Order: sequence, then structure tokens, then C-alpha cells
Amino acid sequence: MEIKILGPGCPKCEQTSKIVTEALSDTGVEATVEKVTGVMEIAGYGVFGTPAVVIDGDVKCVGKIPKKEDVSSWLTK
Amino acid sequence: MKEKTKLLILVGLFLMAYFIPWAHPVIRQSGLEAFMMLQEYAREHVLTCLIPAFFIAGAIAVFVSQASVLKYFGNQAKKILSYSVASVSGTILAVCSCTVLPLFAGIYSRGAGIGPATAFLYSGPAINVLAITMTAKILGWQLGLARAIGAVIFAVITGLLMAFIFRKDDLARTGGQIHVPDEDDTGRTLFQDSIYILTMVLILIFAAFAKPAPDAAGLWPAIFAAKWYITIFLLIALGWMLKAWFTKEECVSWIDATWGFMKQIFPLLLGGVIVAGFLLGRPGHSALIPEQYIQTLLGGNSLWANLFASVAGAFMYFATLTEVPILQGLLGAGMGKGPALALLLAGPALSLPNMLVIGGVMGVKKTAVFCAIIVVMSTIAGMLYGTFVV
Repeated sequence: MEIKILGPGCPKCEQTSKIVTEALSDTGVEATVEKVTGVMEIAGYGVFGTPAVVIDGDVKCVGKIPKKEDVSSWLTK
Repeated sequence: MKEKTKLLILVGLFLMAYFIPWAHPVIRQSGLEAFMMLQEYAREHVLTCLIPAFFIAGAIAVFVSQASVLKYFGNQAKKILSYSVASVSGTILAVCSCTVLPLFAGIYSRGAGIGPATAFLYSGPAINVLAITMTAKILGWQLGLARAIGAVIFAVITGLLMAFIFRKDDLARTGGQIHVPDEDDTGRTLFQDSIYILTMVLILIFAAFAKPAPDAAGLWPAIFAAKWYITIFLLIALGWMLKAWFTKEECVSWIDATWGFMKQIFPLLLGGVIVAGFLLGRPGHSALIPEQYIQTLLGGNSLWANLFASVAGAFMYFATLTEVPILQGLLGAGMGKGPALALLLAGPALSLPNMLVIGGVMGVKKTAVFCAIIVVMSTIAGMLYGTFVV
């Protein structure tokens, strides 16, 4: 599984990547996590707000810090 | 922060401590001014203006639905709507610079195109709630109002000009799916949300209500006499609304957002006030930079003074809100009102670091045109304001 966290590096994005890491260790799912910080690269996903989480090419959440339960459910699906 | 940067900062601080002639009377006076200015802010502005404004900004960030605004930036959206929404939506979208740039890049490359994108990029930092309240409270409501109106008008004109100049490139943009933040169902009506934010704005207005001139008659002295009663009444009303309309979780995220802004902005502002006080001093007191320099460069309302203010503002980096104490210092040292507006209009939207980022998104040529448009318009606006208003 491939997870991308989009965001230029503001505190909210850090929070999001922390939550994703926690959800990964909770669920035991194996995944590579990559942070995407380039503004144009972020725009390339068609994302209009950060932080955003992209899992295997699917945009899962945009413009807010996701809840850990939500992230876990995306991971296990 | 890289280790190398940390080292450079430490070395810089050491050299300052080592070489600055702290005992020199001018330096002493400047240091004193820095702290006097800090005290003025602490006493006059923090409790009645900044704190309520932070709560409002927090409420806007948490409760106002961004999704409802962002749909006007899609590539299918009507152009007129895109421009009008872009020019005013900074109030609710741009409270944090980490939203502005990704959103700008998104609108530019996937959404409504270069016009609305640059309109948004310009208006965002200039018309957010915090910036406008601070400007109005500290530099006078005329400048605050001129800044708000100027920013909205500028945003539309800049956007239209950019779209016109680069109309060919705009056709070549790629479409594709876009994702906007999800809309949450809050169980409140728009009316309730508006009343809630309006109540806070009124608290801000009454708590910060300035003492009217001693010879003023009629309504103003009456309002001033009653301001704390009105404020307390409004606070009770606000408490009732929070209890009746909002869940506990929502209140917690509101406080979180407010605290987030405070953490982010207070240290910057503290630094800004101290630096402004040290270099320029409070109005009527001189500090490190002699007042005649400022009067020669920025005094009056000449074309040169306005142009200089615009260009300086465009390149200088103002951390959020620090433009206000710096301008206060400059105005006190003899800067004209026209150049002050020019600096306010060109300053926060542009800075050297931010030009580099914009350049990375839309290329050097477009960025240069964007900056040139803003500098020219700021100069004109400053001259008009200096000639007709003051």
C-alpha cells in the first residue's frame, strides 16, 4: 500500500502524518508513507486544500486533519 | 531548520552582542522605545482587540464551510462568480498561509485559471479578519477601510489583467478531477452561524471602542459610557449560543484553532513590535533611524514617495500582522498617509520569498507581470488616497 500525505509543511500536515503513522502501527498494515510538499505536485492531485491524504492514488481526505479511526478504516478496507 | 542555519543565527546574535555599542545614547533610547512600544501594545491592543480577533479567526477556520466557497473555483464555475468570490474569500480562507499557496496552485493549474487564482492570491493575505481589525484599531479606521476596499478592488483588477495578458496560456491548461474539502453537516443553519460570528465581531467592536473626542456630542459618548455593559451582555449571549447550538467537540476544536493562531502569530508580532520600536520608535519619539530620513523618503504624497513605499513593500517580508507596528512606527516618524496605504496594499501580498514560490508555480514572466501590476496600482492608490482623503 502506498500512502501520500500532501501539504507544504504546516503544523496541520505534521499532525496528519503523525495520525497516519499511528493508524499504521495500530492496524499493522504495511505501507510506504511519502510526504509531498511541492505546491505544484500537490496541485497535480487536483487537491484544493491541505493537508490531504492519498492512498493508492485515491484522494481520501482534503483540507482537514483526519480522525485516526477514519484512517484505520481506509487502511483495512 | 537546518543545523547550518541555526549556527548562522547564533553567530549573528553573538556578533550583535559583541559589536553593538549598547552604551551609546541613541542605542539606549532605541532599546527603551522597543519596550515602550511593546507595553503600549500589551496595554492598548492585546486584550480588547487581538484576543477577540483570534477567537473570530478560529471560529471562521472551524465553522465556516470552505467547501461551499471552493466550488466557485472549479474549472466549470462561472467566471464572474469566480472573480467575485476570489476577491473576498480571503476573509475566510486565508487565515493561514499554508492554505493560500496550495489553493492558489490548485486554482491555477486545475481550476478556474490564472485570473481567479491571482485574484485570490492577492486578496488573501490583505483582507483576512486579523489584518483588517489590527489596521483599523492601530492605524485608524480610515486606513483599515481603505485597505479592505483597496484589496478587493485590486484583486479583481489584477485577476482580470492577468487573465487578459496571458489569455493564450490559459487555454492550454489541463482539466481533470478536483477535490475540495468535504462539507460537514453541522446541524446549524447558516443564520445561526452568522449570528454567532456577528456577535463576536460586535464584542470586538465594543470592547475596542475608542474614547471619543472630549467635545463630541450625541451617540458616541453614550456608547462609550455603556461599552462594558454592552460587551458583557454580548458575552452572555455568546455563552448561551455556544451552549444551545454547539456540541462540546465543536467548542474544543474552536478553542484549538484559536490557540493555534495565537501560537503562530503572537511570537511574530512580539518580534515585529520590538523591531519596529527599536528602529522607528513610538509616534513622537525618535529611535535608531533618524526621522528626517523617513520624511525625505516617504513623507508627503509625491509620486516618488508612493512608488518607493510600493516597491519596498513588495520586496520586504512582513510576517503575519507585523506590517502594522512597522507602519505605526513609520507614520509616527513622518511617513505620509498615501505612501502608508501603498505599502499596505503592496506589502503583505508580496515578498521576496513568496515571489520565488509563485515563480515556481506560474513561471518568472507571469510572476514579474503580477508584481508589476500590484506595484503600479498600489502607487496610484496611495497617491489618490493621499490627495483626496487626507
